[in-house]
Amino acid sequence: MIPTIPQNPLIRIAYGAYVALFFIYLALPLTVVAVFAFNDSQFPSLPWEGFTLDWFFGSERPMIGVFHEGPILRAIGTSVIIGLAVSALSVAVGTTNAFLFNRYQFRGRGLLYVLMLLPLVIPGIVLGISILVFSSTLANAAWDAAEFDIQALRPGLVLVILGQFSFVTTIATLVIAARLQKFDRTLEEAALNLGANHLTAVRTITLPYLAPAMIGAFVVSFLMSFENFNTTLMLVGSDSPLTIAMFDRLKLGSTPLLNAVSLLLMLGSSLLALVMIAFQRKS
Amino acid sequence: MRAGQKLGLILLLTPLLLWLSLLIIIPHIDLFLLSLRERVGVRQYETGLANYTTILTEPLYMVTFARTAMMSILATVLTLLIAFPVSYYIAKMARGRARSVLFLMCLVPFWVSELVRTFGWMILLRESGVISGLLQWAGLAAGPVEMLYNDAAMMVGLVYTSMLFMVVPLVTTLDSLDDAVIEAGYDLGGSGPSILREIVIPHAMPGIVSGSIVVFMLSLGNYLTPTMLGGKDSLWFTQMIYSQFIVRFNWELGAAFGFMLLILSSLIVWAVLRLTGQTLEKTMG
Repeated sequence: MIPTIPQNPLIRIAYGAYVALFFIYLALPLTVVAVFAFNDSQFPSLPWEGFTLDWFFGSERPMIGVFHEGPILRAIGTSVIIGLAVSALSVAVGTTNAFLFNRYQFRGRGLLYVLMLLPLVIPGIVLGISILVFSSTLANAAWDAAEFDIQALRPGLVLVILGQFSFVTTIATLVIAARLQKFDRTLEEAALNLGANHLTAVRTITLPYLAPAMIGAFVVSFLMSFENFNTTLMLVGSDSPLTIAMFDRLKLGSTPLLNAVSLLLMLGSSLLALVMIAFQRKS
Repeated sequence: MRAGQKLGLILLLTPLLLWLSLLIIIPHIDLFLLSLRERVGVRQYETGLANYTTILTEPLYMVTFARTAMMSILATVLTLLIAFPVSYYIAKMARGRARSVLFLMCLVPFWVSELVRTFGWMILLRESGVISGLLQWAGLAAGPVEMLYNDAAMMVGLVYTSMLFMVVPLVTTLDSLDDAVIEAGYDLGGSGPSILREIVIPHAMPGIVSGSIVVFMLSLGNYLTPTMLGGKDSLWFTQMIYSQFIVRFNWELGAAFGFMLLILSSLIVWAVLRLTGQTLEKTMG
Protein backbone atom coordinates (compact mmCIF):
# COMPACT_ATOMS: atom_id res chain seq x y z
CA MET A 1 0.00 0.00 0.00
CA ILE A 2 1.69 3.16 -1.27
CA PRO A 3 0.19 6.45 -2.45
CA THR A 4 0.82 5.70 -6.14
CA ILE A 5 -1.38 2.60 -6.02
CA PRO A 6 -5.14 3.26 -5.80
CA GLN A 7 -6.65 1.97 -2.57
CA ASN A 8 -10.10 1.46 -1.19
CA PRO A 9 -10.91 4.89 0.38
CA LEU A 10 -12.46 3.22 3.42
CA ILE A 11 -9.22 1.41 4.22
CA ARG A 12 -7.31 4.61 3.63
CA ILE A 13 -9.48 6.52 6.11
CA ALA A 14 -9.28 3.74 8.69
CA TYR A 15 -5.51 3.73 8.36
CA GLY A 16 -5.33 7.49 8.81
CA ALA A 17 -7.59 7.26 11.86
CA TYR A 18 -5.35 4.60 13.38
CA VAL A 19 -2.27 6.80 12.96
CA ALA A 20 -4.15 9.76 14.46
CA LEU A 21 -5.17 7.62 17.43
CA PHE A 22 -1.55 6.59 17.89
CA PHE A 23 -0.41 10.17 18.14
CA ILE A 24 -3.15 10.96 20.65
CA TYR A 25 -1.87 8.02 22.71
CA LEU A 26 1.65 9.45 22.50
CA ALA A 27 0.61 12.96 23.49
CA LEU A 28 -1.94 12.17 26.20
CA PRO A 29 0.25 11.49 29.27
CA LEU A 30 2.51 14.46 28.62
CA THR A 31 -0.45 16.77 28.04
CA VAL A 32 -2.13 15.91 31.33
CA VAL A 33 1.14 16.29 33.22
CA ALA A 34 1.57 19.76 31.71
CA VAL A 35 -2.04 20.87 32.23
CA PHE A 36 -2.28 19.86 35.89
CA ALA A 37 0.81 21.90 36.72
CA PHE A 38 -1.59 24.85 36.64
CA ASN A 39 -4.35 23.34 38.76
CA ASP A 40 -5.12 25.34 41.89
CA SER A 41 -5.42 22.25 44.08
CA GLN A 42 -3.36 20.03 46.35
CA PHE A 43 -3.64 17.08 43.98
CA PRO A 44 -2.82 16.68 40.29
CA SER A 45 -6.28 15.32 39.52
CA LEU A 46 -9.83 16.34 38.71
CA PRO A 47 -11.80 18.42 39.60
CA TRP A 48 -10.24 21.45 38.00
CA GLU A 49 -10.00 24.14 40.70
CA GLY A 50 -8.89 27.02 38.55
CA PHE A 51 -5.70 28.33 37.01
CA THR A 52 -2.68 29.19 39.13
CA LEU A 53 1.04 29.74 38.74
CA ASP A 54 1.68 29.00 42.42
CA TRP A 55 3.24 25.62 41.70
CA PHE A 56 6.00 27.52 39.94
CA PHE A 57 6.34 30.74 41.92
CA GLY A 58 4.41 30.20 45.17
CA SER A 59 6.45 30.80 48.30
CA GLU A 60 4.01 29.94 51.11
CA ARG A 61 2.71 26.68 52.41
CA PRO A 62 0.87 24.67 51.28
CA MET A 63 1.74 25.81 47.79
CA ILE A 64 5.50 26.09 47.51
CA GLY A 65 6.49 26.46 43.88
CA VAL A 66 9.45 24.87 42.13
CA PHE A 67 11.54 28.01 42.36
CA HIS A 68 11.26 28.11 46.16
CA GLU A 69 11.62 24.40 46.80
CA GLY A 70 15.19 23.90 48.00
CA PRO A 71 15.52 20.09 47.73
CA ILE A 72 14.21 20.05 44.14
CA LEU A 73 16.50 22.88 43.06
CA ARG A 74 19.47 21.10 44.66
CA ALA A 75 18.50 17.86 42.88
CA ILE A 76 18.41 19.71 39.55
CA GLY A 77 21.89 21.07 40.29
CA THR A 78 23.16 17.56 41.09
CA SER A 79 21.67 16.22 37.85
CA VAL A 80 23.35 18.97 35.83
CA ILE A 81 26.75 18.28 37.39
CA ILE A 82 26.39 14.53 36.77
CA GLY A 83 25.15 15.16 33.22
CA LEU A 84 28.04 17.44 32.30
CA ALA A 85 30.63 15.06 33.74
CA VAL A 86 29.11 12.02 32.04
CA SER A 87 28.83 13.80 28.67
CA ALA A 88 32.39 15.14 28.77
CA LEU A 89 33.81 11.70 29.62
CA SER A 90 31.64 9.88 27.11
CA VAL A 91 32.41 12.21 24.23
CA ALA A 92 36.14 12.02 24.97
CA VAL A 93 36.23 8.23 25.10
CA GLY A 94 33.68 7.98 22.27
CA THR A 95 35.96 10.02 20.00
CA THR A 96 39.04 7.92 20.71
CA ASN A 97 36.94 4.77 20.20
CA ALA A 98 35.64 6.03 16.87
CA PHE A 99 39.19 6.75 15.65
CA LEU A 100 40.39 3.38 16.87
CA PHE A 101 37.75 1.37 15.02
CA ASN A 102 37.88 3.58 11.92
CA ARG A 103 41.64 3.81 11.45
CA TYR A 104 43.24 0.66 12.78
CA GLN A 105 43.14 -2.98 11.79
CA PHE A 106 44.44 -5.14 14.60
CA ARG A 107 43.97 -8.56 16.08
CA GLY A 108 40.87 -8.77 18.30
CA ARG A 109 39.22 -5.76 16.65
CA GLY A 110 35.99 -7.65 15.95
CA LEU A 111 35.80 -8.94 19.51
CA LEU A 112 36.44 -5.49 20.95
CA TYR A 113 33.73 -4.02 18.75
CA VAL A 114 31.19 -6.52 20.08
CA LEU A 115 32.35 -5.84 23.64
CA MET A 116 31.93 -2.12 22.96
CA LEU A 117 28.28 -2.73 21.97
CA LEU A 118 27.60 -4.96 24.97
CA PRO A 119 26.51 -2.24 27.44
CA LEU A 120 23.46 -1.68 25.22
CA VAL A 121 22.15 -5.16 25.92
CA ILE A 122 22.90 -5.31 29.65
CA PRO A 123 19.90 -4.29 31.78
CA GLY A 124 20.63 -0.97 33.49
CA ILE A 125 19.96 -2.32 36.94
CA VAL A 126 22.49 -5.16 36.46
CA LEU A 127 25.06 -2.62 35.26
CA GLY A 128 24.34 -0.67 38.44
CA ILE A 129 24.72 -3.57 40.87
CA SER A 130 27.85 -4.92 39.18
CA ILE A 131 29.58 -1.56 39.57
CA LEU A 132 28.27 -1.26 43.13
CA VAL A 133 29.64 -4.71 44.00
CA PHE A 134 33.02 -4.15 42.37
CA SER A 135 33.57 -0.72 43.90
CA SER A 136 32.72 -1.96 47.36
CA THR A 137 35.07 -4.92 46.87
CA LEU A 138 37.80 -2.39 46.09
CA ALA A 139 36.84 -0.13 48.98
CA ASN A 140 36.77 -3.04 51.43
CA ALA A 141 40.14 -4.26 50.18
CA ALA A 142 41.60 -0.80 50.71
CA TRP A 143 40.14 -0.73 54.21
CA ASP A 144 41.47 -4.17 55.12
CA ALA A 145 44.90 -3.38 53.72
CA ALA A 146 45.47 0.11 55.10
CA GLU A 147 42.45 1.11 57.23
CA PHE A 148 41.81 3.73 54.58
CA ASP A 149 38.23 4.46 53.51
CA ILE A 150 37.96 5.58 49.88
CA GLN A 151 34.78 7.66 49.95
CA ALA A 152 34.60 7.86 46.16
CA LEU A 153 33.98 4.12 45.95
CA ARG A 154 30.93 4.25 48.23
CA PRO A 155 27.51 5.00 46.69
CA GLY A 156 27.41 8.65 45.67
CA LEU A 157 28.17 11.14 42.96
CA VAL A 158 31.33 9.49 41.60
CA LEU A 159 29.74 6.07 41.26
CA VAL A 160 26.63 7.52 39.61
CA ILE A 161 28.85 9.28 37.06
CA LEU A 162 30.88 6.12 36.39
CA GLY A 163 27.75 3.98 36.16
CA GLN A 164 26.08 6.23 33.60
CA PHE A 165 29.34 6.72 31.71
CA SER A 166 29.68 2.94 31.35
CA PHE A 167 26.77 2.70 28.90
CA VAL A 168 26.43 6.26 27.55
CA THR A 169 29.92 5.87 26.02
CA THR A 170 28.63 3.20 23.64
CA ILE A 171 26.04 5.62 22.28
CA ALA A 172 28.55 8.46 21.98
CA THR A 173 30.91 6.11 20.12
CA LEU A 174 28.20 5.07 17.65
CA VAL A 175 27.15 8.68 16.95
CA ILE A 176 30.72 9.90 16.38
CA ALA A 177 31.82 6.80 14.45
CA ALA A 178 28.89 7.21 12.04
CA ARG A 179 30.17 10.63 10.98
CA LEU A 180 33.83 9.64 10.90
CA GLN A 181 32.87 6.84 8.50
CA LYS A 182 31.70 9.43 5.96
CA PHE A 183 34.90 11.46 6.23
CA ASP A 184 36.95 11.73 3.04
CA ARG A 185 40.45 10.61 4.02
CA THR A 186 42.02 12.32 1.01
CA LEU A 187 41.44 15.65 2.80
CA GLU A 188 43.74 14.50 5.57
CA GLU A 189 46.27 13.23 3.03
CA ALA A 190 46.21 16.62 1.33
CA ALA A 191 47.10 18.23 4.65
CA LEU A 192 49.95 15.76 5.07
CA ASN A 193 51.19 16.53 1.54
CA LEU A 194 51.18 20.20 2.41
CA GLY A 195 53.60 19.49 5.22
CA ALA A 196 51.37 19.05 8.28
CA ASN A 197 52.19 16.24 10.66
CA HIS A 198 49.59 13.67 11.66
CA LEU A 199 48.38 15.43 14.80
CA THR A 200 48.04 18.79 13.06
CA ALA A 201 46.10 17.20 10.22
CA VAL A 202 43.67 15.56 12.62
CA ARG A 203 43.33 18.70 14.72
CA THR A 204 42.76 21.14 11.85
CA ILE A 205 40.86 18.95 9.36
CA THR A 206 39.25 15.91 10.97
CA LEU A 207 38.16 17.25 14.35
CA PRO A 208 36.34 20.32 12.92
CA TYR A 209 34.57 17.95 10.55
CA LEU A 210 33.57 15.76 13.50
CA ALA A 211 32.46 18.69 15.67
CA PRO A 212 28.71 18.49 14.85
CA ALA A 213 28.66 14.79 15.74
CA MET A 214 30.62 15.45 18.92
CA ILE A 215 28.20 18.17 19.98
CA GLY A 216 25.28 15.93 19.06
CA ALA A 217 26.78 13.12 21.12
CA PHE A 218 27.30 15.54 24.02
CA VAL A 219 23.64 16.61 24.01
CA VAL A 220 22.34 13.05 23.67
CA SER A 221 24.67 11.90 26.47
CA PHE A 222 23.52 14.75 28.69
CA LEU A 223 19.86 13.88 28.16
CA MET A 224 20.46 10.18 28.73
CA SER A 225 22.29 10.94 31.93
CA PHE A 226 19.66 13.42 33.09
CA GLU A 227 16.87 10.90 32.49
CA ASN A 228 18.62 7.78 33.67
CA PHE A 229 16.86 5.97 36.46
CA ASN A 230 17.78 2.28 36.72
CA THR A 231 21.56 2.46 36.96
CA THR A 232 21.43 5.59 39.10
CA LEU A 233 18.97 4.01 41.54
CA MET A 234 21.52 1.38 42.56
CA LEU A 235 24.47 3.75 42.91
CA VAL A 236 22.93 6.84 44.45
CA GLY A 237 24.18 8.17 47.77
CA SER A 238 22.80 10.98 49.90
CA ASP A 239 22.74 13.63 47.15
CA SER A 240 20.08 12.37 44.76
CA PRO A 241 19.75 13.64 41.20
CA LEU A 242 16.36 14.87 40.02
CA THR A 243 14.83 11.61 38.76
CA ILE A 244 15.54 9.87 42.07
CA ALA A 245 14.31 12.84 44.13
CA MET A 246 11.08 12.94 42.11
CA PHE A 247 10.65 9.18 42.45
CA ASP A 248 10.95 9.41 46.23
CA ARG A 249 8.27 12.11 46.29
CA LEU A 250 6.00 10.28 43.92
CA LYS A 251 6.04 7.26 46.23
CA LEU A 252 4.79 9.44 49.09
CA GLY A 253 1.99 10.90 47.00
CA SER A 254 2.04 13.53 44.34
CA THR A 255 1.29 17.24 44.36
CA PRO A 256 1.13 19.51 41.31
CA LEU A 257 4.68 20.55 42.26
CA LEU A 258 5.84 17.42 40.45
CA ASN A 259 3.81 18.44 37.42
CA ALA A 260 5.51 21.83 37.45
CA VAL A 261 8.97 20.21 37.61
CA SER A 262 7.99 17.83 34.82
CA LEU A 263 6.78 20.68 32.63
CA LEU A 264 10.07 22.51 33.13
CA LEU A 265 11.91 19.30 32.21
CA MET A 266 9.87 18.97 29.03
CA LEU A 267 10.60 22.57 28.08
CA GLY A 268 14.29 22.13 28.87
CA SER A 269 14.74 19.00 26.84
CA SER A 270 12.73 20.30 23.87
CA LEU A 271 14.91 23.40 23.91
CA LEU A 272 18.06 21.25 23.86
CA ALA A 273 16.61 19.14 21.05
CA LEU A 274 15.76 22.23 19.00
CA VAL A 275 19.23 23.69 19.51
CA MET A 276 20.75 20.43 18.36
CA ILE A 277 18.53 20.18 15.27
CA ALA A 278 19.26 23.81 14.33
CA PHE A 279 22.96 23.19 14.79
CA GLN A 280 22.93 20.10 12.62
CA ARG A 281 21.02 21.94 9.87
CA LYS A 282 23.63 24.67 9.82
CA SER A 283 26.58 22.39 9.29
CA MET B 1 53.37 -0.95 11.38
CA ARG B 2 55.53 2.08 11.92
CA ALA B 3 56.51 3.19 15.39
CA GLY B 4 54.29 6.28 15.28
CA GLN B 5 51.31 4.26 14.20
CA LYS B 6 51.90 1.74 16.93
CA LEU B 7 52.00 4.51 19.52
CA GLY B 8 48.72 5.87 18.14
CA LEU B 9 47.10 2.47 18.39
CA ILE B 10 48.20 2.07 22.00
CA LEU B 11 47.02 5.55 22.92
CA LEU B 12 43.58 4.92 21.40
CA LEU B 13 43.28 1.43 22.86
CA THR B 14 43.98 2.57 26.41
CA PRO B 15 40.71 4.42 27.13
CA LEU B 16 38.65 1.68 25.48
CA LEU B 17 40.32 -1.08 27.44
CA LEU B 18 40.14 0.85 30.72
CA TRP B 19 36.45 1.55 30.21
CA LEU B 20 35.51 -2.00 29.21
CA SER B 21 37.62 -3.78 31.79
CA LEU B 22 37.04 -1.57 34.83
CA LEU B 23 33.38 -0.75 34.31
CA ILE B 24 31.98 -3.70 32.37
CA ILE B 25 34.01 -6.91 32.45
CA ILE B 26 35.62 -7.01 35.89
CA PRO B 27 32.46 -5.78 37.71
CA HIS B 28 30.44 -8.55 36.08
CA ILE B 29 33.02 -11.17 37.02
CA ASP B 30 32.97 -9.80 40.56
CA LEU B 31 29.16 -9.93 40.56
CA PHE B 32 29.33 -13.56 39.47
CA LEU B 33 31.86 -14.43 42.19
CA LEU B 34 29.69 -12.73 44.79
CA SER B 35 26.68 -14.76 43.65
CA LEU B 36 28.68 -17.94 44.31
CA ARG B 37 29.35 -16.95 47.90
CA GLU B 38 27.17 -18.32 50.67
CA ARG B 39 27.01 -16.90 54.12
CA VAL B 40 27.55 -19.59 56.75
CA GLY B 41 28.12 -17.34 59.73
CA VAL B 42 29.04 -13.82 60.71
CA ARG B 43 31.71 -12.76 58.20
CA GLN B 44 32.20 -16.40 57.23
CA TYR B 45 31.61 -17.49 53.67
CA GLU B 46 31.87 -20.56 51.50
CA THR B 47 31.87 -20.95 47.76
CA GLY B 48 28.94 -22.80 46.29
CA LEU B 49 25.74 -22.68 44.32
CA ALA B 50 23.47 -22.19 47.35
CA ASN B 51 22.08 -18.88 46.12
CA TYR B 52 21.07 -20.38 42.82
CA THR B 53 19.48 -23.43 44.44
CA THR B 54 17.54 -21.04 46.70
CA ILE B 55 16.17 -19.31 43.63
CA LEU B 56 15.35 -22.54 41.81
CA THR B 57 13.56 -24.07 44.78
CA GLU B 58 11.62 -21.01 45.93
CA PRO B 59 8.42 -20.89 43.84
CA LEU B 60 7.92 -17.13 44.32
CA TYR B 61 11.30 -16.36 42.74
CA MET B 62 10.78 -18.68 39.80
CA VAL B 63 7.23 -17.48 39.17
CA THR B 64 8.39 -13.87 39.18
CA PHE B 65 11.27 -14.76 36.89
CA ALA B 66 9.03 -16.50 34.37
CA ARG B 67 6.35 -13.82 34.66
CA THR B 68 8.84 -11.03 33.97
CA ALA B 69 10.11 -12.87 30.90
CA MET B 70 6.63 -13.61 29.53
CA MET B 71 5.32 -10.10 30.17
CA SER B 72 8.41 -8.59 28.51
CA ILE B 73 7.91 -10.76 25.44
CA LEU B 74 4.24 -9.74 25.35
CA ALA B 75 5.18 -6.07 25.67
CA THR B 76 7.66 -6.46 22.80
CA VAL B 77 5.09 -8.13 20.52
CA LEU B 78 2.46 -5.49 21.33
CA THR B 79 4.93 -2.67 20.71
CA LEU B 80 5.86 -4.19 17.35
CA LEU B 81 2.22 -4.64 16.31
CA ILE B 82 1.30 -1.09 17.28
CA ALA B 83 4.44 0.51 15.87
CA PHE B 84 4.62 -1.26 12.52
CA PRO B 85 1.61 0.36 10.78
CA VAL B 86 2.62 3.77 12.12
CA SER B 87 6.22 3.37 10.96
CA TYR B 88 5.02 2.20 7.57
CA TYR B 89 2.75 5.24 7.35
CA ILE B 90 5.62 7.60 8.17
CA ALA B 91 8.11 5.90 5.84
CA LYS B 92 5.91 5.12 2.84
CA MET B 93 2.61 7.01 2.96
CA ALA B 94 3.44 10.46 4.33
CA ARG B 95 5.23 12.89 2.05
CA GLY B 96 7.54 15.87 2.43
CA ARG B 97 7.02 18.06 5.44
CA ALA B 98 4.25 15.98 7.02
CA ARG B 99 6.65 13.10 7.12
CA SER B 100 9.40 14.82 9.08
CA VAL B 101 6.84 16.40 11.41
CA LEU B 102 5.26 13.02 12.17
CA PHE B 103 8.66 11.45 12.75
CA LEU B 104 9.68 14.26 15.08
CA MET B 105 6.39 13.91 16.97
CA CYS B 106 7.29 10.28 17.62
CA LEU B 107 10.59 11.35 19.12
CA VAL B 108 9.34 14.19 21.33
CA PRO B 109 7.86 12.18 24.23
CA PHE B 110 11.16 10.40 24.67
CA TRP B 111 13.18 13.49 25.25
CA VAL B 112 11.34 13.56 28.56
CA SER B 113 12.25 11.38 31.49
CA GLU B 114 10.57 8.01 31.89
CA LEU B 115 9.46 9.17 35.31
CA VAL B 116 7.40 11.99 33.78
CA ARG B 117 5.77 9.64 31.28
CA THR B 118 4.86 7.18 34.04
CA PHE B 119 3.53 10.03 36.16
CA GLY B 120 1.32 11.04 33.22
CA TRP B 121 -0.21 7.57 33.08
CA MET B 122 -0.81 7.67 36.83
CA ILE B 123 -2.74 10.92 36.48
CA LEU B 124 -4.79 9.43 33.65
CA LEU B 125 -5.57 6.03 35.11
CA ARG B 126 -6.00 6.43 38.84
CA GLU B 127 -9.26 6.42 40.73
CA SER B 128 -9.45 10.20 40.87
CA GLY B 129 -7.86 10.40 37.45
CA VAL B 130 -8.83 11.96 34.14
CA ILE B 131 -10.23 8.86 32.41
CA SER B 132 -12.25 7.87 35.45
CA GLY B 133 -13.61 11.43 35.60
CA LEU B 134 -14.51 11.40 31.91
CA LEU B 135 -16.34 8.09 32.23
CA GLN B 136 -18.41 9.41 35.12
CA TRP B 137 -19.11 12.65 33.30
CA ALA B 138 -20.29 10.70 30.25
CA GLY B 139 -22.50 8.58 32.45
CA LEU B 140 -20.65 5.38 31.60
CA ALA B 141 -19.61 4.74 35.18
CA ALA B 142 -21.54 5.24 38.39
CA GLY B 143 -18.59 5.92 40.67
CA PRO B 144 -14.82 6.38 40.46
CA VAL B 145 -13.08 3.62 38.49
CA GLU B 146 -9.63 2.44 39.55
CA MET B 147 -7.61 1.51 36.48
CA LEU B 148 -4.17 1.74 38.03
CA TYR B 149 -2.22 -0.97 39.84
CA ASN B 150 -2.90 -3.94 37.57
CA ASP B 151 -1.16 -5.77 34.77
CA ALA B 152 -3.02 -3.97 32.00
CA ALA B 153 -1.94 -0.56 33.30
CA MET B 154 1.62 -1.82 33.57
CA MET B 155 1.48 -3.12 30.00
CA VAL B 156 0.21 0.23 28.72
CA GLY B 157 3.13 1.91 30.45
CA LEU B 158 5.73 -0.58 29.19
CA VAL B 159 4.56 -0.31 25.59
CA TYR B 160 4.46 3.47 25.81
CA THR B 161 7.91 3.75 27.33
CA SER B 162 9.66 1.71 24.67
CA MET B 163 7.68 2.81 21.61
CA LEU B 164 10.43 5.07 20.26
CA PHE B 165 12.98 2.27 20.17
CA MET B 166 10.70 0.33 17.86
CA VAL B 167 9.56 3.21 15.64
CA VAL B 168 13.01 4.58 14.81
CA PRO B 169 14.64 1.37 13.48
CA LEU B 170 11.42 0.44 11.64
CA VAL B 171 11.15 3.82 9.90
CA THR B 172 14.84 3.68 8.99
CA THR B 173 14.63 0.25 7.36
CA LEU B 174 11.25 0.82 5.69
CA ASP B 175 12.58 4.08 4.33
CA SER B 176 15.25 2.24 2.35
CA LEU B 177 12.63 0.10 0.60
CA ASP B 178 12.16 1.43 -2.94
CA ASP B 179 8.54 2.21 -3.88
CA ALA B 180 9.23 0.66 -7.28
CA VAL B 181 9.69 -2.74 -5.65
CA ILE B 182 6.22 -2.52 -4.11
CA GLU B 183 4.76 -1.36 -7.43
CA ALA B 184 6.45 -4.27 -9.14
CA GLY B 185 4.81 -6.57 -6.61
CA TYR B 186 1.38 -5.19 -7.56
CA ASP B 187 2.23 -5.43 -11.27
CA LEU B 188 3.04 -9.08 -10.84
CA GLY B 189 -0.40 -9.65 -9.40
CA GLY B 190 0.36 -9.50 -5.67
CA SER B 191 -2.32 -8.40 -3.22
CA GLY B 192 -1.82 -6.12 -0.18
CA PRO B 193 -1.28 -8.94 2.34
CA SER B 194 0.97 -10.99 0.06
CA ILE B 195 3.17 -7.96 -0.69
CA LEU B 196 3.40 -7.24 3.01
CA ARG B 197 4.44 -10.81 3.67
CA GLU B 198 6.76 -11.32 0.70
CA ILE B 199 8.37 -7.91 0.28
CA VAL B 200 7.83 -5.44 3.13
CA ILE B 201 8.39 -7.63 6.17
CA PRO B 202 11.50 -9.42 4.81
CA HIS B 203 12.97 -6.05 3.92
CA ALA B 204 12.17 -4.61 7.36
CA MET B 205 13.62 -7.63 9.21
CA PRO B 206 16.82 -5.96 10.46
CA GLY B 207 14.73 -3.11 11.89
CA ILE B 208 12.21 -5.48 13.43
CA VAL B 209 15.00 -7.47 15.07
CA SER B 210 16.95 -4.54 16.47
CA GLY B 211 13.76 -2.80 17.65
CA SER B 212 12.50 -5.96 19.32
CA ILE B 213 15.79 -6.61 21.07
CA VAL B 214 15.98 -3.12 22.50
CA VAL B 215 12.32 -3.07 23.56
CA PHE B 216 12.66 -6.48 25.19
CA MET B 217 15.78 -5.39 27.07
CA LEU B 218 14.12 -2.19 28.24
CA SER B 219 11.00 -4.01 29.46
CA LEU B 220 12.96 -6.73 31.20
CA GLY B 221 15.18 -4.24 32.98
CA ASN B 222 12.42 -1.78 33.77
CA TYR B 223 11.92 -0.94 37.42
CA LEU B 224 9.92 2.25 37.38
CA THR B 225 6.86 1.19 35.37
CA PRO B 226 6.08 -2.06 37.23
CA THR B 227 6.64 -0.28 40.54
CA MET B 228 4.44 2.73 39.83
CA LEU B 229 1.72 1.28 37.58
CA GLY B 230 1.68 -2.39 38.53
CA GLY B 231 -0.30 -3.79 41.44
CA LYS B 232 0.75 -5.67 44.53
CA ASP B 233 0.74 -8.95 42.60
CA SER B 234 2.62 -7.72 39.57
CA LEU B 235 6.06 -8.32 41.00
CA TRP B 236 8.92 -7.66 38.57
CA PHE B 237 12.32 -9.31 38.68
CA THR B 238 14.18 -6.01 38.99
CA GLN B 239 12.17 -5.23 42.13
CA MET B 240 13.52 -8.38 43.73
CA ILE B 241 17.08 -7.37 42.85
CA TYR B 242 16.46 -3.96 44.36
CA SER B 243 14.95 -5.34 47.54
CA GLN B 244 17.78 -7.83 48.10
CA PHE B 245 20.42 -5.17 47.57
CA ILE B 246 18.95 -2.10 49.20
CA VAL B 247 16.26 -3.27 51.63
CA ARG B 248 17.47 -6.65 52.94
CA PHE B 249 21.15 -6.13 52.31
CA ASN B 250 21.51 -9.71 51.09
CA TRP B 251 23.96 -8.91 48.30
CA GLU B 252 24.85 -12.55 47.63
CA LEU B 253 21.29 -13.49 46.68
CA GLY B 254 20.78 -10.19 44.89
CA ALA B 255 23.88 -10.84 42.80
CA ALA B 256 22.50 -14.25 41.84
CA PHE B 257 19.22 -12.58 40.81
CA GLY B 258 21.14 -10.06 38.74
CA PHE B 259 23.10 -12.77 37.04
CA MET B 260 19.99 -14.73 36.19
CA LEU B 261 18.47 -11.62 34.63
CA LEU B 262 21.63 -11.11 32.60
CA ILE B 263 21.64 -14.74 31.42
CA LEU B 264 17.95 -14.61 30.50
CA SER B 265 18.35 -11.44 28.48
CA SER B 266 21.52 -12.67 26.74
CA LEU B 267 19.86 -15.98 25.88
CA ILE B 268 16.82 -14.35 24.34
CA VAL B 269 18.88 -11.79 22.43
CA TRP B 270 21.12 -14.59 21.15
CA ALA B 271 18.14 -16.75 20.17
CA VAL B 272 16.46 -13.91 18.27
CA LEU B 273 19.69 -13.09 16.42
CA ARG B 274 20.20 -16.78 15.61
CA LEU B 275 16.63 -17.34 14.41
CA THR B 276 16.69 -14.33 12.11
CA GLY B 277 20.27 -14.75 10.92
CA GLN B 278 21.35 -11.29 12.14
CA THR B 279 24.41 -10.27 14.12
CA LEU B 280 24.81 -7.84 16.98
CA GLU B 281 27.19 -5.69 14.90
CA LYS B 282 24.66 -5.42 12.10
CA THR B 283 21.61 -4.66 14.21
CA MET B 284 23.16 -2.34 16.80
CA GLY B 285 26.22 -0.82 15.23
